[in-house]
This record gives sequence, structure tokens and C-alpha cells, in this order.
Amino acid sequence: MRTIPFFLICLVIGGIAFAAALTLGNDYYFFAGYVVLQYVVLSTAWNILGGYCGYVNFGTGAFFALGAYSTVTIYTLIDTNAFPHVVPIPVLMLVGGAVSAVVGLGMGYLTLRLRGAFFAIATLAMAVVLETLVVNWDFVGGSRGAFIIRPETIAPFGSYIRYLFLIMLLLAVASLTIARLIERSRLGYGLATIRDDEFAAEAAGVPTLRLKLIATTISGALMGMAGAPFPYYIGYLQPQPTFALDYAVNAIAMPLIGGTSTWVGPLIGALLLGSLQQIIIVTISSAVNLLLVGALLVAFVILAPNGIVGLAHKYLQHKDDDFVGRRRTGLEAPAPQVESSPTSEAPS
Amino acid sequence: MSELLEVDNLGKRFGGFVALENISLSVAAGERLGLIGPNGSGKSTLVNCICGTLRNEQGSVRFDGRQIDRLPAHRRTHLGLARSFQLPRPFVSMSLIENVRIPLLYTVEARGTRHAAEQIEERCHGLLREVGLEAKARRRPSDLTQVEMRKLELARAVAAEPKLLIADEAMAGLTHSEIEDILALLVRLNEQGVTVILIEHIMSAVMSFSRRLVVLVSGRKIADGQPEDVMRDPEVERAYLGQ
Ligand SMILES: Nc1ncnc2c1ncn2[C@@H]1O[C@H](COP(=O)(O)OP(=O)(O)OP(=O)(O)O)[C@@H](O)[C@H]1O
Ligand SMILES: [Mg+2]
Repeated sequence: MRTIPFFLICLVIGGIAFAAALTLGNDYYFFAGYVVLQYVVLSTAWNILGGYCGYVNFGTGAFFALGAYSTVTIYTLIDTNAFPHVVPIPVLMLVGGAVSAVVGLGMGYLTLRLRGAFFAIATLAMAVVLETLVVNWDFVGGSRGAFIIRPETIAPFGSYIRYLFLIMLLLAVASLTIARLIERSRLGYGLATIRDDEFAAEAAGVPTLRLKLIATTISGALMGMAGAPFPYYIGYLQPQPTFALDYAVNAIAMPLIGGTSTWVGPLIGALLLGSLQQIIIVTISSAVNLLLVGALLVAFVILAPNGIVGLAHKYLQHKDDDFVGRRRTGLEAPAPQVESSPTSEAPS
Repeated sequence: MSELLEVDNLGKRFGGFVALENISLSVAAGERLGLIGPNGSGKSTLVNCICGTLRNEQGSVRFDGRQIDRLPAHRRTHLGLARSFQLPRPFVSMSLIENVRIPLLYTVEARGTRHAAEQIEERCHGLLREVGLEAKARRRPSDLTQVEMRKLELARAVAAEPKLLIADEAMAGLTHSEIEDILALLVRLNEQGVTVILIEHIMSAVMSFSRRLVVLVSGRKIADGQPEDVMRDPEVERAYLGQ
């Protein structure tokens, strides 16, 4: 299927979801759905670097928070009591996305020569550094946090949350389309060679550093865009919950549970796990969530390393011979060191 | 003949261990060079330094008239250097046809030749056919034997349409007739203008292929010349063959 029909079909499905939520007549569904869609974006974005390229990023929370704090910064700078909310949310998302993209590029440049666990640790460290900066930056509220008063309504959507939901829906559709496009492109092939064997990739002429930078930039940008509307959603933005490990853990768990080799996996993982978490929050307690995610993650890594997509393939085809889902994930053991294992890599 | 590859005083260490010392080697365009030496003598390390998988600490490497020491490996591949890895490093998540498609997408296209999708497909099949793997085009490397993976390595290197091809023990474990096939492929490439460096332990293959022979022992070059002369060299006999 071509990209544009795919995008349109996703839009139609999204539109149906939106209409269904409308008929339920309770804004709660929009609040819950917003979070699920946000996770669709985050896990799809994570998967572009983690699934396609094999680099595990623990900094999802930081990229997300960068988007959110870009919004707070702009809000504090520009919005006044006389003209509240002058900057439309789509513009805020572009700014948040740009900030995260730049940070993603910078982080990539500093860390992408690291392999495996070292890269993951570096991203975690970056998240801690950024959080410390924000906590100590009074302009955006520091550790106290920042208030953003969400307008009650917005024409023609009625309540503001419906508008936010719709925006996140569009971003989710856009993310899926981008991920799918990458998957089938020359870039996608290049990223897969990096995941499989970086030295062989270079020897075949793949400019590995450049492709990894492209992947971190796109991935970071999407995460930042997902974070930009968040202050409007939450109303009161605090550093700790915004930088929370929840985002990082979920953004890793959802693609792994769904399957990392195609755009479908993160979507399924985010829809399932995201909805399950929303149900648990209402029925039990939000404290159970991370426990659940952890347990599911362990179960899948052991029992179904190719995720739900991999399982489905196996049962539908009764062979997983030529199935892309056998692609290794970045979490698996690194390739065995062979012959004179190359140590230093050439910077381009 | 013009020099295609010029290695000058190259040195490489692993910690305190000197893997290569003062290696100088010129290879002219169109040559068929055999590179031999006992296990651990530094042959693969030399290939890695030439191709940019490893960095040499000393000396320089020139290729096609330009210094390439500081270039990342993929740039060297774009310039026309291709190698097979001694221990195969296939792209495990991809079918064989995709494995050989990568150099076409990333190297041949980077040189400015754009092919239509069907042409690329055709070329990939052709490459697999030449190494006897066409029947397994849609299979994955994990379905291959070690010997077949070596052939895939070679096909992937050839796919980059190199000026200089370095085959690092592509023939170990092959049957006699398979060796003949691979040798015929290398000779054919050479006749089309590709310079070939063959690293092999199978002496009959080396001797029938090489027009010139270089011997490495313990990281040093101890002989370089006509194959027959080199084989009669007492130092070579002592250090390598008479062990
Ligand atoms: N990454 C590395 N770290 C440390 N030592 C290494 C490394 N790579 C190779 N060596 C050492 O360098 C020496 C040369 O190894 P190399 O693989 O180049 O030999 P070779 O001539 O290709 O041998 P073979 O015929 O067995 O392939 C060996 O002693 C090897 O142990
Ligand atoms: Mg070797």
C-alpha cells in the first residue's frame, strides 16, 4: 500500500474512534484516550531508534519533558492575561519537536559511538542531567512546577480535551505513517544493517553514524511533539512526574510486547498496555501499573521475544521462516566478537 | 601500471601486542595478489586497517591516489574497496537477496549510478547465482552452513562493484569443485578490471590464482614477489612452510 492511502485509512479509523468516543458522551474517555494515544506516539518514536536500529534509548521521558517544557517556556514568555493561549497547540508542538530534535541530534552525536548497554546508560544519564536543569530553572517553575490554565472550551470541538485528543490522534497517525515509510525505505534497510552488524554495514557502504543520527533526530522530534501539549492536558506540570521513568519504561515495553520489527508492534503494544493501565488506574491503583508492565515485559522477553506480532505470524503461517519479526532487538546479546574485533570506529 | 593501493610503513598494536609492524605494500591496478602467512600473522588485521574497520596507529594507506587513513570504512567502500570478512558477518534479519542488495543501495548508488528496482533485483540474483546461492535467495543467513555464509560474504563484497576486492579466506571448507567455481569467479572479475587480493591457506588455490605473492609472518612482511620465487625463499620455507 502506498503511503498516502495508508495515511488516509489511518485518519478514517482515527475519525471513527473519535466519533465513538463522542457518542459515549463522557469526557473521561477523551482523557484516558489521550494518554493511550500519547503512548502510541512515544512507543512508535522509540521503536524508530530502538526497534529498527537496535539502540535502546532510556531517555524517552527526557525528550517528552523537553516538549512539555518548551510549551511552558513559550507560555511563560508570550502568553499574557490579556491574550491567554495565543500560541496554538500545533505551533507549540512544532517548537517542542524542534527542541527535542536538536537535543536528539546532539545526544546522538555524543553517544552513538557507544554500543549496547553503554548507549542505554548514556541516555539515562542525559535524562537525569536534563531533569536537574529543569528542577533548578525557576523560569519554568523549578521544582515547584508550572501551572497552565487550560481553556474550558474551544470552538468547534466543545470541551478542550476533545481538541487535545484530536491533536494527539493526528500526531499518532502521522507517527505511524512516518515509521512505516522509514521501514520500507532505503533508510529502513540501512538502519536494519546497523542493528544486525555495524561493521558489516560500514563495509557494505552504509554511513552508519549518519543514519543513527537521522534516527535519533526523528525519534526525539516525535517524542517532543508528544510532550508539547502535555502541560495543557495536565494543567500543572511538575518535573518529577514529567521526567518519570514511566515514560521510558513504557516506551520500551510497548514495542517489545507488540513486536519491534514493524510499525504495527508499537501500535498494538501501546493500545493494549496503555488501555490496560487506564483501566487499572480506575479500578485498582496507578501504583500497580509499573509492576504490571514489568511482569509483562519479562514474560514477553522470555516467552515471545518477537512480541504479539511475532506470535500472530507464527500461528497464521505455521512457519516463521521468512518473517521479518525474527529481527533481533537491541536488548538481545550483542553479536559475538569475531576475528580481530574492531575496536575504534571512524568518526565521519 | 599505476598503483591502486599503497600501504606505507603501516603499524598496528593491540595494547602491548604488535600485530603489524612496518608493512609496506603496493598493489597495481589489475593485479592478482596472494597474501599468505601462518595463523595469527596479521593478515586479517592488515585487511581491517586497509578497509577502515580498524585504525592503524602508524603509517599510511593510499587508495586510488588519495590518502584514506582517516576515512570511515563506508567512505572507503564508496571509493572502491571491498572485502569479505573471514568469519562471516551477514545481516541476520535479512534474506540473502537483501544482504547483497545493501551494497547496491548504499555504495553503487552513492557513486551516482541509479538503477531501476528490477535491475537491482536482477543484479542481486545474478550475484547469488555466481556463488551458487540463487536457490536460497529468499532464505535467511541462519539457514546457511558456514561454507555458504562465506559465499554470501563474497557475493556481498562483489556487489559493491569494487576496484579492489579483498577476499579473506573465502574458500576454507569448500569442496574442490566449489573452490574451482570461486576461483573462476575471481579470475573473471579480475579480467573485468577488478584488482584482487586473495588471502588463503589452501595453497593450490593461492598458487593457481596469484601472479604475485606476499608473505606475512608475525606481523612483518618477509617476502614479496613471483609466487615460485617466494615459495623457494628459504626464510619463507623456514618461517611458514617448514613449521
Ligand atoms: N581485536 C584484537 N585484540 C587483540 N588482539 C587481536 C585482535 N585482533 C587480532 N588480534 C591478534 O592479532 C594477531 C593477528 O591476527 P589476525 O586475525 O590478523 O591473523 P591472521 O593472519 O588473519 O590469522 P588467520 O590465518 O588465523 O586468519 C593475532 O595474534 C590475534 O590474536
Ligand atoms: Mg585472518
